[in-house]
Amino acid sequence: MAVKDYIRERFFPHIWCAGCGHGIVLNSMIRSIETLGMSKNEIVMVSGIGCSSRICGYVDFHTLHTIHGRALAFATGVKMSKPELNVIVPMGDGDALSIGGNHFIHAARRNIDITAIIMNNRIYGMTGGQYSPLSGAGTLATTAPYHNIDPDFDVVKMAMAAGATFVARTTTYHAKETTDMIRQAILHEGFSVVEVMSQCPTYFGRKNRLGSAVDMMKQMKSITAPIGSKAARENPEIIERGIFCQEEKPEYCSEYDKVIERATQGQGV
Amino acid sequence: MAKPKLKTHTIDRDWCKGCSICVEFCPKDVLEIDDMDKAVAARKDDCIACKLCELRCPDLAVEVRTDKD
Ligand SMILES: Cc1ncc(C[n+]2csc(CCOP(=O)(O)OP(=O)(O)O)c2C)c(N)n1
Ligand code: SF4
Ligand code: SF4
Ligand code: SF4
Repeated sequence: MAVKDYIRERFFPHIWCAGCGHGIVLNSMIRSIETLGMSKNEIVMVSGIGCSSRICGYVDFHTLHTIHGRALAFATGVKMSKPELNVIVPMGDGDALSIGGNHFIHAARRNIDITAIIMNNRIYGMTGGQYSPLSGAGTLATTAPYHNIDPDFDVVKMAMAAGATFVARTTTYHAKETTDMIRQAILHEGFSVVEVMSQCPTYFGRKNRLGSAVDMMKQMKSITAPIGSKAARENPEIIERGIFCQEEKPEYCSEYDKVIERATQGQGV
Repeated sequence: MAKPKLKTHTIDRDWCKGCSICVEFCPKDVLEIDDMDKAVAARKDDCIACKLCELRCPDLAVEVRTDKD
């Protein structure tokens, strides 16, 4: 199917600002699904609130646009009742790791078969540029006019520590890599996290004088390198891209099936 | 295997927001922003049909068709 067959064309042009990285994530995600040859009916996309979460409205799958930070809780409900469907949850960095931090930890811990895509633009775009847990120390935001003092946070380390069994990071500059990682994340059985570093030229870019969307993408190219590459080994400032973990562990819905089996056979306590 | 050849390169002017991402990252300098702030394929003959513009457009405004599609 062509890209346009996966979207709700009537809502285009979309609401995102010119050059917003979230559009590139949408573009890559559709192409991943296209390569997988999945039917639109097999996919449920669940999102919370934020510029990033608006992605749900643009795709022609089963979609739920829910509450800020709570998308994974809704997604867990969907997946538990219809485990045969593929559940994808696109989230902003604020949505996933500040207000939704607890849901994120426990979805990862349970290793429920959901694909979480963290569109990390290091700011609250939708509400006017407040700093997020991913802004990092020393950055500027509407709510940090004298520089942010909150220490940096790391989506990858956080996801791995909490128990996610597929964890990857890429950027919107690396669109082909993003497509491939999302494809692998969807195929993985268990909780998968793909952090896509994304640009918000309107708030993060403007506040931190990072220039245009193009400049921000060039910066993401220069500050990242593949895991274990020479560039990454030689420069501790480099942010690594790639797949950090990919392992098999009991998946939550499969474990729950065993509970159902025990209960129906009267093998309870 | 022969490399794919460009058949059509289209940019949806209603969807394009003129962000220049396609223009800046085209390896062959095929594209430019016109005076209406929209991207246009000004030098189509130089296009190698790599589709990078299509993949990176945040507005899904670019469609590159080749003889292999
Ligand atoms: C319960 C609740 N608290 C706060 C808000 C206000 N709010 C809406 S979006 C948002 C943050 C958006 O940031 P992020 O999740 O990083 O996504 P982005 O807009 O940057 O893509 C906030 C705080 C809300 N809608 N609901
Ligand atoms: S405010 Fe930022 S995140 Fe929101 S649409 Fe604009 S550029 Fe994108
Ligand atoms: S990348 Fe897309 S939106 Fe940006 S200028 Fe090119 S065609 Fe227009
Ligand atoms: S397909 Fe490649 S060469 Fe052709 S315009 Fe797009 S980016 Fe440039």
